[in-house]
Amino acid sequence: MDYTIKIGGEAGQGIQTVGDILSHIFARAGYHVFTHQDYESRIRGGHNFYQIRISDKPVTASRSKVDIIVALDKESITEHEKELSPQGHVLYDSTFLKEKYDKPHFLDVPLFELAQTHGGSKIMANTVAVGAVIGMLGMNPEIMYETLRKTFKKKGEEVIDANLKSSKAGYEYARKQCLTCSFMVSGFASPKLLITGNEAIGFGAIASGLKFYSAYPMTPSTGIFNFVAENARDFGIVVEQAEDEIAAVNMAIGASFAGVRAMTGTSGGGFALMVEGISLAGMTETPLVIALAQRPGPATGLPTRTEQADLLFALYAGHGEFPKVIFAPGSPEQAVYLTNKAFDLAEKYQITAIILTDQYLADSQWSYEGFDLSKLKYNDYRLRGDKFRRLNYYARHSFTETGVSPLLVPGDSVHLVVTDSDEHDEEGHIIEDAETRIKMVEKRLFRKMPLIKREIEPPILYGESSPQIVLLCWGSMYGIVKEVVDKLSEKYKIAMLHFSELYPMPEDMGWLEILKNAKLCINIEQNATGQFARLLKMETGFSIEKHINRFDGRAFTVDELKEKVYACIGRL
Amino acid sequence: MPALEDYKGRKPAWCPGCGNFMILKAFNEAMVELGLNPHEFVIVSGIGQAGKFPHYTRCHTFNGLHGRTLPVATGIKLVNHRLKVFAVAGDGDCYGEGGNHLIHAIRRNIDVKLFVHDNQIYGLTKGQASPTTMKGVVTKTQPFGVFSEQFNPLAMAIALNCSFVARAFAGDIEHLKSVIKEAVNHKGFALVDILQPCVSFNKINTFEWYRQRVYKLEKDYDPSDRTRAFEKALEWGERIPIGVIYKAERLTFEEQIPVIREKSLVEQNVQFNVKKLIEKFL
Repeated sequence: MDYTIKIGGEAGQGIQTVGDILSHIFARAGYHVFTHQDYESRIRGGHNFYQIRISDKPVTASRSKVDIIVALDKESITEHEKELSPQGHVLYDSTFLKEKYDKPHFLDVPLFELAQTHGGSKIMANTVAVGAVIGMLGMNPEIMYETLRKTFKKKGEEVIDANLKSSKAGYEYARKQCLTCSFMVSGFASPKLLITGNEAIGFGAIASGLKFYSAYPMTPSTGIFNFVAENARDFGIVVEQAEDEIAAVNMAIGASFAGVRAMTGTSGGGFALMVEGISLAGMTETPLVIALAQRPGPATGLPTRTEQADLLFALYAGHGEFPKVIFAPGSPEQAVYLTNKAFDLAEKYQITAIILTDQYLADSQWSYEGFDLSKLKYNDYRLRGDKFRRLNYYARHSFTETGVSPLLVPGDSVHLVVTDSDEHDEEGHIIEDAETRIKMVEKRLFRKMPLIKREIEPPILYGESSPQIVLLCWGSMYGIVKEVVDKLSEKYKIAMLHFSELYPMPEDMGWLEILKNAKLCINIEQNATGQFARLLKMETGFSIEKHINRFDGRAFTVDELKEKVYACIGRL
Repeated sequence: MPALEDYKGRKPAWCPGCGNFMILKAFNEAMVELGLNPHEFVIVSGIGQAGKFPHYTRCHTFNGLHGRTLPVATGIKLVNHRLKVFAVAGDGDCYGEGGNHLIHAIRRNIDVKLFVHDNQIYGLTKGQASPTTMKGVVTKTQPFGVFSEQFNPLAMAIALNCSFVARAFAGDIEHLKSVIKEAVNHKGFALVDILQPCVSFNKINTFEWYRQRVYKLEKDYDPSDRTRAFEKALEWGERIPIGVIYKAERLTFEEQIPVIREKSLVEQNVQFNVKKLIEKFL
C-alpha cells in the first residue's frame, strides 16, 4: 500500500483543513504518513495544493504519481490530471466547478449539496470531501469519526455532530458511487504521531528548557513562533512579537544575558537584519539559538516556497571572527534532537547556534511511533545560587583553559556581570590594548573551536557501507535522497551521505574516505550554486564534480530525483 | 546602604568639561540616595560616548550595539523583573538608529528607565548632525545646513502616552538628580531627555546657551495634564522647560504577562514534562 492524495484549490478554500484532517486520520489509523504543501503568497485565490502520501511502510518524501485528486478548483484538474496513477481518481463537485467531466475515473460528489442537507451548512463541504476520500479508499470510517470528534472538541456538540453527519454523507456517497475505486488499504495499527518540521523545532526548544522566544512573523518560520506561543502558558515561556527582527534578536540576547534559554526564529530577510545581533552575541559570548527557515531569495524571492540557499550566508553571518554552530535537520525527528543540541552547545560554549530549515521541512508532516525523550539533554551551564554568592572575585570574561568563562546570572549575587560589544578585559570593561585583544580572540575562538568540533557528529551514511556511488545531501533533502537510495540499491552499490551538523566539521573526518573511495559522488542541493559542496571543499579540499541543483522553489519528488540521479550515473 | 565610593568605576575617557561627567555624578548620587546597590540594577547601553557610561559607574552592564539598547533592556526586564533595568543612550543612538525601538518600548510601557544624553550632535564620529540638531545647522556632512525638522522626543513620547516624560539639564546636577530619582521610582517606561552640551563639536548649544534658556517647571505644574504637557514639550527656543513634563498611570508590560505574574522567569524552574506536549501530535 502506497497511495498519494492531492488536495488542490484556491487559498482560503480549506485545502489545509481537508489535508490536515485526512493526514491525522491516516496517522491515527497507524499508517505511515508524509505530507508536503505548495502554496502561493496570497491570502485568497491562486492555486495551492496539499499532498499526502500514506503507506504501510515508512515514507519520507512525496511521489510524483497521485492516486486521488480532490479538486476544489479547475486548475487542480488541468494542472494535475496528468499526475494520476493508472488506478487514480479525481474527486470533484460538478455544480461547484461548473463543469462536468464524463470520464470513468472522475467521481462527481455534490460536496455542497450534501453539506447543506446533512451538516446544515455549505461550510461542511470540506468535511464531506474528507468522508468521500475515506470512502473511496474503502477505509473503515471509525477513525475518521474519532479524529473529527477530537478536531472539533472545543467547538461543542453541535459542530461535532454536523461534521460527523457530513463526513458520513460523503463517505457513503463515495462507497456507493465510486464503482471503479479499487484501492486496498491495510488494517489499522497503533496510532502514530504526526509532526511538522516547525513543530518539531518548537517542541525541541520547549523540551530543552526554552524560556524566552522573540520574533517577527515571517514565512515559513512563523509556525515555530505559533507553536511556542500556544504552549507558553503551560511551560512558563515569555513570547514577544518584536517590532522587527533587529529587536527580536537583541531581546533574545538580553533575555539570555539575564539568565534563561532564549531563541528567535526567522527567514532569510529577517535573518539579514539579525546579523549585527549575531556578532553582538559572538563578542559578548551570550548563548543564542536562531532558527533560520530558508525560502528562495534574494530579497523577498518566492516567499512561500523552498530553497537551501542560505547556508553560506548563515556561515558568514556576522562581522568579525567568532565561533558558531550550524545544524540542518533532515526530518522532524532530527529537528527535535538537533534543536536540543543547539541549546546545549549554545549555552555550554556561550555561542550562537543556528538551526537551518526550509519551507519544505517546515510545513511537511511526518509520522512517528514516538521519540526517545531520554536522548534529550539538559545541563544548566549557568552558575546560580548560594555557592556563587560566596565567590571572592568574579569576572564575566575571565581566561580559562577551555575559553569558556563562568556564566553568572545578573542580580543573583553581589557579583557584577559586565559585558561589552567593544573588545573588553576579563571583567567585561572596554579596552583598546593589543595584548588583551589577542588573548580574547584566542579565548573566544581558538580555545573553544577545537572543543566544539569534538561535539559534532559525522554525517549519516545510509545504504551500502562501501558505496561506489555516493549521493551527498544536507538538511531537508534527507527524506527524498533516502528513498532514491532505496530504489536504486538493487541495481547499484549506492549510499547517501547526509549532513545535518554542517559547521564546524567534526573532529573525526573518517567519513571522507567514503567519498575518496567512491567512483561517483553526486552532490544534491536545493540551490543554484552548490553551497554545501563549496563548504566541503573549503573545509576538506575535496571537490565534487557532479551536481544536481534545483532552484525553482519546489522540492523534488522521489521519482524526479531518481531520474536526475540516473542521468548522472549514465554519464559515468 | 550603598556609599558613593561603591560607585567608583573605571576612569572616564570623556573630553574634559563634557556634560557626561555631571550626569555621572548626578546618577551615582541618586543611586546612593535611593539606597540601590550596584548589583540591584543593570544598565544597558549602546554606542557613543553615552554608551560607555556604565563602565564609569558600577553595576551589571550590557554595553551592546548602536541603537539597540531598548530591545536588550526589554529582554532582560522580561526575564527578571525584580532587577531594575536602566538604558543609557545618546541622541543619535536612541532617536536615530534606535527610533523604532523607542516607539515600541513606549507602547509596551516596559518598566525600563531610559536616560538619553542629548547633545544634539554626533560626538564620537566627530560632529555630524543628529536627529535633535536644530534646523539650518551646518556640519561637515550637512554643508548646506540641516534640512530636516528637529526631532522632538518629548512631544512624540507624549503623543504615544508614554507613562513618564521628563527633560533635565546636565548643568543643573541637583535638579537632574531629582528627575533621575523620580524616574527610577516611577512604575513603567520613563524617558528622561538630558540636555548635555558637547564641548568639542556643538558650538551652538553650549552650557551658556542652555543656562540662558532652561527653566524649571512651576511648582503647581500638573504633569498628568496631557494637553498642557504637549504645550510644554513644544517649547524650544528662548525658553526651554525642564522637569517632569508628563506622567500617566499605565499597567506595565510585564504586569500583563500571566506567565511571570507570580515569579520572574529567572526564578522559575524549567518544566520538562513534555510527554503531554507529545500527545498533542497524536
